[in-house]
Amino acid sequence: MFDRRLIEHFDWGFFVLILAIGSCGLVILYSALSAGWQGTGLHYLFQKQMFWMGAGLVVIIGILVIDFRNLDKLNLFIYVTCVGLLVSIYFFGQSGGGSRRWLSLGFASIQPSELMKISLIISLASLYADTVSPEGLNFRNLLKPAVLCMIPVALIVNQPDLGTGLLLLLIAGSITLFVKVEKKVVLTLGGLLVLIVPVVWLTGLKEYQKERILTFLDPDRDPLGTGYHIIQSKIAIGSGMITGKGFLEGTQNALSFLPEQHTDFILSVLAEEWGLAGCTVLLVLYFVLLLWGLNIAYNCRNMFGSILAFGITSMIFWQIFINIGMVMGLMPVVGVPLPLVSYGGSSVITNMVGFGILLNISMRKFSST
Amino acid sequence: MHELNKNADRDWLKQRIMTASLCILIIFVLLFLRLVYLQLIKGEEFRRLSETNSVRLKSIKQSRGLIYDRNNHLLVDNRPAFDLVVVLEDAEPLADTISLLSSLIHEPYADLMDNIRKAGNAAFYKPITLKKDISRDQLAIVESHKFDLPGIHIEIEPTRYYIYPKMASHLLGYLGEINKRELETGTFPHVKSGDSIGRYGVEKSFESFLQGRRGGRQVEVDVNGRVMKVLKTVEPVSGNDLHLTLDLSLQQVAEDLLKDQDGAVVAIDPSNGDVLAMASSPSFDQNDFIGGISSKKWRLLMDNPGKPMTNKAIQAEYPPASTYKIVTAIAAMEEKAIDAHTTFFCPGYYVFGSRRYHCWSKYGHGKLSVEAALAQSCDVFFYQAGEKIGVDALAQYAGGCGLGRSTGIALDHERNGLIPTAAWKRKRFQESWQAGETLSISIGQGFNLVTPLQMAVLTAAIGNGGTLYRPRIVKHITDSKGDVVKQIDPDITGGIPAGQETLAHVRKGLLDVVHGDRGTARSVRIKGVEIAGKTGTAQVFSRKTGEKFDNENLIRTLQDHAWFICYAPADNPVIAISVIIEHGEHGSTAAAPVAAAMVKNYLNLSGSHTTPPPKTAGEG
Repeated sequence: MFDRRLIEHFDWGFFVLILAIGSCGLVILYSALSAGWQGTGLHYLFQKQMFWMGAGLVVIIGILVIDFRNLDKLNLFIYVTCVGLLVSIYFFGQSGGGSRRWLSLGFASIQPSELMKISLIISLASLYADTVSPEGLNFRNLLKPAVLCMIPVALIVNQPDLGTGLLLLLIAGSITLFVKVEKKVVLTLGGLLVLIVPVVWLTGLKEYQKERILTFLDPDRDPLGTGYHIIQSKIAIGSGMITGKGFLEGTQNALSFLPEQHTDFILSVLAEEWGLAGCTVLLVLYFVLLLWGLNIAYNCRNMFGSILAFGITSMIFWQIFINIGMVMGLMPVVGVPLPLVSYGGSSVITNMVGFGILLNISMRKFSST
Repeated sequence: MHELNKNADRDWLKQRIMTASLCILIIFVLLFLRLVYLQLIKGEEFRRLSETNSVRLKSIKQSRGLIYDRNNHLLVDNRPAFDLVVVLEDAEPLADTISLLSSLIHEPYADLMDNIRKAGNAAFYKPITLKKDISRDQLAIVESHKFDLPGIHIEIEPTRYYIYPKMASHLLGYLGEINKRELETGTFPHVKSGDSIGRYGVEKSFESFLQGRRGGRQVEVDVNGRVMKVLKTVEPVSGNDLHLTLDLSLQQVAEDLLKDQDGAVVAIDPSNGDVLAMASSPSFDQNDFIGGISSKKWRLLMDNPGKPMTNKAIQAEYPPASTYKIVTAIAAMEEKAIDAHTTFFCPGYYVFGSRRYHCWSKYGHGKLSVEAALAQSCDVFFYQAGEKIGVDALAQYAGGCGLGRSTGIALDHERNGLIPTAAWKRKRFQESWQAGETLSISIGQGFNLVTPLQMAVLTAAIGNGGTLYRPRIVKHITDSKGDVVKQIDPDITGGIPAGQETLAHVRKGLLDVVHGDRGTARSVRIKGVEIAGKTGTAQVFSRKTGEKFDNENLIRTLQDHAWFICYAPADNPVIAISVIIEHGEHGSTAAAPVAAAMVKNYLNLSGSHTTPPPKTAGEG
C-alpha cells in the first residue's frame, strides 16, 4: 500500500516549477484570447484551459499512487490499447481541419495520438532496459523497437497528422541514441539515408508532392499562407524588443493577424507583450525543467525508470524546440503545441501525465525492490 | 529487472546524461540567440512594421474560363469591375469617412454600414467590400476624393460578362456567391467567401475547369493603407476555356422565333449528338445575377408564369402526343403485329368496348398503311396497332428509344419523363391497367411524358440509322495557352430497337409528313432540302369523349401544346430538331415553322417555301 515515507520524498521543487510555468501559460493565454473577445467575464476557452489544468493536477496525483515499475509490466497492454484506439479512429473518429484525429467519449474528445506518445516511451523504456549493453545496440536489438515505433507512426501520419508522427519518431530516436547504438549501426543507417533520399526525390515523387515538401521546409514558398503567418509571427516577436509592449498591449495580437495565436503561435503573444525579458524567463524555466527531468533520470536506481524519465524529458524537449523554432521561423510549420502554455486539453493532459511519471520516478528513486 | 547500482553503470549513465544536457544547452542557446536577433537587432524594424500593421495580403482574383461556341465565337467573357472596399484600420474615424462617401456617390449610408456590419469580426486590416461593381461616374468621384477618404480603396476584379444577354441563358447558366455551408463542405478549396461559383448550366457543370485559382501579393503599406512595396507575388491561374458544340447563329434564330412564346427548342447533330442549339423561352439575363441579383428582379422572375428560370428543354415534361406514333409504329412492326402493308380503315373513330375513340379528323382517313398513317397522323390506325401489342411491350420499345430515362447531358436538373407500364400504375394508383388507356398512350396522350431533349435525341437516332447519342455540349476544354486539357468524345448510349427495314418505313412516313400529298406539315417545305418530321398536338387537359371545344377561343393556358420534330436533309441528316410551343395549338402552324427556319439557317439556304402554305386542318 501507499508508503507514508514517499510523501517525504515528494519532489516539491519540480512540482512548483510545473505550477510556475503553467501560471505563466495562463497569463499569456489570457492575453491571447482577449483579442476581439466581447463577452463578459472570462473567455470560455480560458475557462476550459483552467479546467484542463486542474484535471491535469488530479491526473498527476492519480499517477503518483501507482509505483512506476508497474508500467514496465503493463507496457504491452498499454501499447495495444493505444494502437487499438488509433485504429478505431478509422471507424468512429471525428474529423476536424481536414484530418481524423479525435475520438468522442461523450463528454469530451480525446486524441489517441497524444496518449500514444507516452505509451511508446513506456514500451521502448521497457524493451531497452533489458537489451541495453555498454557496447550499444546492434541491428538485431533494433528490430523490435523499429516495429513498435513504425505501427503508430504510420497510423498517425495517415490521419494525416504529420507533426505528431514526426514527434514520435524524434522521441523514439532520442531514446534509442540515449541507450547507445553501436557505431557501425549508426553509420550504416545514416549512410543508407543519405543514399535513399535523393533516389526517392528524383524518381519516387510527383511534382506536386515535391512542391508540398519544399513548402513545408521553406514557408517562404507559400507567401499567401504559412509564409505570411511566419512573417506576421516574426513581426510580432521582433516588435516586442527588450521589454515588450506591455500586458494586453500587443498590437499584432489585438488585430488577430495570426490564425492560431492561442494554440501553436502563442509564443508570439508573449514575445510581443513581454519582450526579450519575458521570453528569457520562460526559456530559463523550460531549461531548468528539462535539466531537472534529466536529473531524475540520473538519480533513478532502476534502468527502466532512468530510460522512462529520459524519454518523457525528451518528449517535452522536442515540443518546446519545434514550437519555438517554428514560431521564430527556424523550423517548418507543424502543429506542435508549446507545453503548459498553448491552449488544448489533449496537450495539457498528456504533458501532465508525463510530469506525473517524472514525479513518480523521482519519489521512488531510493526504493529498490 | 535491471538495477543500476554498480559503479560502472553509474558512470555510463552519467556520461549519457551529460551529453543530453549539453545538447539541450546548445539548442536553448540557439533559440535565445534567435530571440536576440529578432528582438534586439531587428527589433526596431519589426516595431515599425507592427505599428502600421503594414505587411498585408492583397488578393488577386483570377479570370474565369471563357466560353466559345463551335465556330470560336466568344459567348461569355470577363470584364473589369470596380469594387469599393474599406480597410477599417485605416478608415478612422469610420462614421465620418463613410458618411462623406455616401454623400459623394449617392449610396445610402445605412447600406454601406450594413455591409461593414455583415463582415462581422473580420480582422481590421482586411478589405471589406462596400459595393461591388460601381459605375464609372462613382469611380471618378471616389478617385478624385481619395485623400479625403482614408482607408477607402478601389479594387479591380475580373467579372463575368455575358456578351449576348438572354441568349442560351439556360444552357450557359449563371454565377452566384458561394455560401457559408458550401465553403464548409471543403468541395471548393480555392474559393473564398465572397467569390462566385457556377450555379446553373455549364457554368455549374464545368465549375472545376472554369474556376482557376486566386493569386495574391504580400505588400507593405503606409499609414493610409496605400501600397508602398510589393514583397512577394503569387500569380493567379486563369480558368480553362470551354468550347461548346453550340452554333451561335442557329441559337439566335431559334430564340428569335421563340420570342413572345413559351416553349423550347433543341437542335442536335445526328452524327455525334452535338447540341447545336438549346433554347428555352422565356429566358432571363444572366448579367443580372452578377454581384447578386436584386430581390425585385428575382421576384419578377419567380412570379412569371412562363417560368423563365426553368430550362424547358430538359426540365419540362410534356405529353409527346402524335410524335410518339413513331415509337408505336416501331413497336408494332418489330413485334410483327403489323407489317408495312397492313392496313386499317379509319372512319373518324374507333369503337373500343362501349366507347368511341375519336380520330383528330372527324371525317376519317379511310384505309391506310403505316407510312400513310404516320404522314397523316391517323389516330385510329395507331389505336389498333397499340391495342395489338399492349402497354408493356410499348413501354419496352419506348425505353429502347431513350424515353423515360435521362439522356445523360452534362447539365443538372434533367428530368426523366415517364413511360407508363401496368406495374407502374398499380404502384402509383393502386389500380390495374385499363385496356382503353393503352389506346391513349399509343397516340402519346395519357400518362406519357417526355422532354424536348429526349425527343431531339430520338429524332436524331431515327435520322442516323438508329444510334442514340449522349447529347454533347462541350467539345473540348483548353487552358489559357490554348492547349487542350480535356477532350470530350461523342458517346453512344444505346440504339433504337428496330431493324433497318422498319426504320426505312418510319423514315418514309416522316418524309411524307412534309413532302407527301396529305402530310400534316406540308407548309414547311423549303427549297433545296427534304425535311422529314412529325407534328404533335399535346392536350393540356383531358376532354370527355366526344366533347367538342372551340379550341381557338379557349383561354390560352388551356390550349394545346404544339410539337414538331424533324431532321434534314431526309436522306443524310446533319441536323435534328425538336420544338415545343406551349399552348401553340397546332404542331404544323406553331412549331414546324421554327424548325424550318432553323434548317434553312443551318444549311445556309436562302430559299422560301416552295408552295404557298395550304391551310392544314386540325391535327398537327
